[in-house]
Amino acid sequence: MTSIDHLVTTGRGQTKFVEGKLGTAVREGVKFAALMFCLSIPILLLRIDSDIDHKPFLQLRWTWPLLAAAIGFLVRFGGLALASTGTKISSKINWHIPPSLSRYFATAGLVFLVLYPLLMLALVGRAGSIKWIDNFGIQVMIYVMLGWGLNIVVGLAGLLDLGYVAFYAVGAYSYALLSTVVIPLYVPWLSPWAFWVCLPMAGLLAGVWGILLGLPVLRLRGDYLAIVTLAFGEIIRLVLINWTDVTKGYAGISGIPRPSFFGLPFTAADNGFAARFGLEFTPLHRTIFLFYVILALALLTNWVSMRLRRLPVGRAWEALREDEIACRSLGINTTNTKLTAFAIGASFAGMAGSFFAARQNFISPESFTFNESAVILAAVVLGGMGSQLGVAIAAFAMVGGTEILRELDWLKAIFGNNFDPTQYRMLIFGFGMVALMIWKPRGLIGTREPSLFIAEKKSISGDLVKEGHG
Amino acid sequence: MEYFVQQLINGLTLGSIYGLIAIGYTMVFGIIGMVNFAHGDVFMLSTFIALILLMVLLPIVGTGAAAIVLALIIVLALAMLLTGLWNWAIERIAYRPLRGSFRLAPLISAIGMSIFLSNFVQVVQGPTNKSIVSLVDGGLCLAGTTSAAKYCLFPTKAGFGVTLAYKQIIIMTITALLLAAFWYLVQKTPLGRAQRACEQDSKMARLLGIDVDRTISITFVMGAALAAVAGVMYLLQYGIISFSDGFVPGVKAFTAAVLGGIGSLPGAVLGGLIIGLIESLWSAYFSIDYKDVAAFSILAVTLIFLPSGIMGRPEVEKV
Amino acid sequence: MPKDAVPLLHVEHMSMRFGGLVAVDDLSFIASEGEITALIGPNGAGKTTVFNCITGFYKPTSGRMALVGGGAGADEVAAVTQSGRRYVRETNGKSVFLLERMPDFQIAAEAKVARTFQNIRLFAGMTVLENLIVAQHNALMAASGFTIYGLFGVRSYRSAEARAVQLAKYWLDKAGLMNRADDPAGDLPYGAQRRLEIVRAMCTGPRLLCLDEPAAGLNPRESADLNALLRLISREHSTSILLIEHDMSVVMEISDHVIVLEYGIKISDGSPEDVRKDPRVIAAYLGVEDEEIEVAEQVVAELIR
Repeated sequence: MTSIDHLVTTGRGQTKFVEGKLGTAVREGVKFAALMFCLSIPILLLRIDSDIDHKPFLQLRWTWPLLAAAIGFLVRFGGLALASTGTKISSKINWHIPPSLSRYFATAGLVFLVLYPLLMLALVGRAGSIKWIDNFGIQVMIYVMLGWGLNIVVGLAGLLDLGYVAFYAVGAYSYALLSTVVIPLYVPWLSPWAFWVCLPMAGLLAGVWGILLGLPVLRLRGDYLAIVTLAFGEIIRLVLINWTDVTKGYAGISGIPRPSFFGLPFTAADNGFAARFGLEFTPLHRTIFLFYVILALALLTNWVSMRLRRLPVGRAWEALREDEIACRSLGINTTNTKLTAFAIGASFAGMAGSFFAARQNFISPESFTFNESAVILAAVVLGGMGSQLGVAIAAFAMVGGTEILRELDWLKAIFGNNFDPTQYRMLIFGFGMVALMIWKPRGLIGTREPSLFIAEKKSISGDLVKEGHG
Repeated sequence: MEYFVQQLINGLTLGSIYGLIAIGYTMVFGIIGMVNFAHGDVFMLSTFIALILLMVLLPIVGTGAAAIVLALIIVLALAMLLTGLWNWAIERIAYRPLRGSFRLAPLISAIGMSIFLSNFVQVVQGPTNKSIVSLVDGGLCLAGTTSAAKYCLFPTKAGFGVTLAYKQIIIMTITALLLAAFWYLVQKTPLGRAQRACEQDSKMARLLGIDVDRTISITFVMGAALAAVAGVMYLLQYGIISFSDGFVPGVKAFTAAVLGGIGSLPGAVLGGLIIGLIESLWSAYFSIDYKDVAAFSILAVTLIFLPSGIMGRPEVEKV
Repeated sequence: MPKDAVPLLHVEHMSMRFGGLVAVDDLSFIASEGEITALIGPNGAGKTTVFNCITGFYKPTSGRMALVGGGAGADEVAAVTQSGRRYVRETNGKSVFLLERMPDFQIAAEAKVARTFQNIRLFAGMTVLENLIVAQHNALMAASGFTIYGLFGVRSYRSAEARAVQLAKYWLDKAGLMNRADDPAGDLPYGAQRRLEIVRAMCTGPRLLCLDEPAAGLNPRESADLNALLRLISREHSTSILLIEHDMSVVMEISDHVIVLEYGIKISDGSPEDVRKDPRVIAAYLGVEDEEIEVAEQVVAELIR
């Protein structure tokens, strides 16, 4: 079937190449540079600015289109020149990690994560480590958890969900409302335990929402399902914005209680965690504790999904991804099967959301935009659908990578003080998504491990594994 | 009654813009079966291109009515060209290498492209809203007090007037004209035949000597050119744009495409008009805060209950 | 049909229309327990449509399809039809399933009708063994306490899984696929994929197995293997078979009862010998378009022999 495509695609470019490698590379580079130059007119050449009276005027920037052209040339020329010397970064080489090595790698990663806060303390000291544990460590782990949760829906069951962030929002707002309104009003004695009581409730509520939203949409297939889930995600966000009586709209909910150490608050007071354990009070305690909480939650997600994969329900998810009609012919109730995947994925997002609310102490609809769904989905697809390790690596690289951009202040020395690397964060992120897809459409780890075997466990090539129809 | 008619006119204007964007979705989906997620952002990009071009041209041509019309025509042509070039490049870089691969890959790539485009515009043009003074003022008074306007079609003593703004006339006329042109292109020319052939069976079309890649490229260029028309009209109507203006109009236009029956050109326009009407009537009579909720709900309800749209062909599940 | 045969599936006045096209027109037939019933006819005769209706993938426009068991007769069928229920399973073993009222997965799960597809539908990215385990989903799902026991690895679930693997091994052995158990199903050669699809259907423990052109595209050797497998299924497993087939050597060799369709209408019904002699069947196969000449020639060859 694909042989024709193949013939046609390889028929171009590559034969041209043999004639004059460097010459072609230069020619193609110049062509690409010219394209870049044309594209950058007028959007890069002229910038709309406004003066003090808010009167718009155009600012001419000659260097920008030239820069774009130069980058275009370098990328295209460099790529072709590299390809001609044979040092092609092959997408065919799958990171074929044998199961034993992968287990080794996972163990090493786990040990690193467990030691991470202490490592940071030792490396950058108390003051510096809060940033690294909180902004970096906790942030990445939230996305790892979300990635693993979504992996159940997208990677295993093959249901493309672009509105996953809705369940994250449901979890966050459930915790926020329960802990700031319901618990102080009706069960104040529960306050120290608020987080621990609300965590499973948030998961449950998000799961119920997963079923409610899932019921009408799960008979749709493929792209349509993706768009409907996106629509539901947006509806939930818009309701959060506009239902100001409950959600306080754009202003958001603040003063959300932080998690306690199983009843002991992280305060300087006598009944606080530090005093009880005879430690000197520092906010670092809470940060480190939060890190371990999200690590535990993420590992729970991982454990449950790995376990489910080896159970009938998980095998039915994967079978559903492979061929829905065959599933029905074998007596599998596909609607229920899809709903369980949707609900379980959603409840993990709900738990992650309530953790997020507890950690931030403040939430607003701004945190639950479509971009978040896109980031989580990208982690799943780029990691290699269905592969837990791949998803974790992708989440780490993407979220961690863009967080690191915040640290690139030294670039100001080169590009001048107006240069703010963080504003390029999402730009690079979007571009990276495209580039990674082109380089490895199957994701980093494209192979599938069978869930049981008789004689020998053989990894299954990603080319055979389907991506689901809906 | 007057209020309703006025909302009807506003809705049709808005609907024309959605319809123009929707055609880009519907044509691309028809030919390669992909939801071109970045299309809304291509539209947004075109509004910026058009605004910059206008700001360049207006001081040159002056302020007379003829000058403004001339400037608009030039801007329209250039914006169509440049946006077409952008979309051509996007297709070449982000989608073509993924053709025939894993089904999710182009969708993810398109989402990446959408994020890239909106942030690109934010970085190079700044995050603030950009505005332009109203270019075309005034309109035809269809009903209202004669004191407010010199002449009215249906003069009334008091109450709410109905005006058909000149810019609304321009928007609807240009939409109709361009639609007719593209309709002709797709229905009556060899290019359109090639497009429809690729839609039906791209492998067979390729075996019969149609340059499928080229046809797909042209489809992207055409979609972008129409999005650019929508961009110019949007600028004309609202006069204020922002880098984040791609997403919501994009989703609404996609809704229009689905509602009309994805793959069908007249369906896309019909869907656009319906969405425009619903949006303006909803804002007028219910709640302006929830107007986007209404749009998204229509999208969900359409997909769930009428997945083949009004003018699309129903799909029979193959066993 | 021999006199002593016990009816299993009654198809009565079934019609299926797609828009203006009548794919199946007022079709009635009976498939009996323990027999191999073949459904033959030229391309486009509506055979696969009949299958899709029986297995619930299409809802017939009109007609009744009753699968009965435990000696349930016309009275019981009429009673269930009156009651408006989808199916009834009485304690004395009598059961009636009205297939036209049941959704596809329920037909497989409750009425125990399994099927294969004309263009093979395997779980290509899962191993051969996994394919057979997925087929035992409903039994395993109950054993895993709807996942709760399974999540904590309760022993009763583990032994249920071990039994499922045993059953899978049995069928792997019968299909000659034991040495490929841990390979992805998509990697198997065509003939093996066909056999795998059949034994996967058998892992659901069906009473009626519907096979849509199982011999299509097989070489003579694979075809012989297939015949042996089908005979084993029909003799040793009290599973009745409903078969669509173009390959007349398969049809004439293994089937007990043949039904011939043309343009959605039944033109002949009886034992292979009767059908072979039926002038209408001969006309249907001889007076047809080019693509059917092959088939017609086969029929003629059969007749001469």
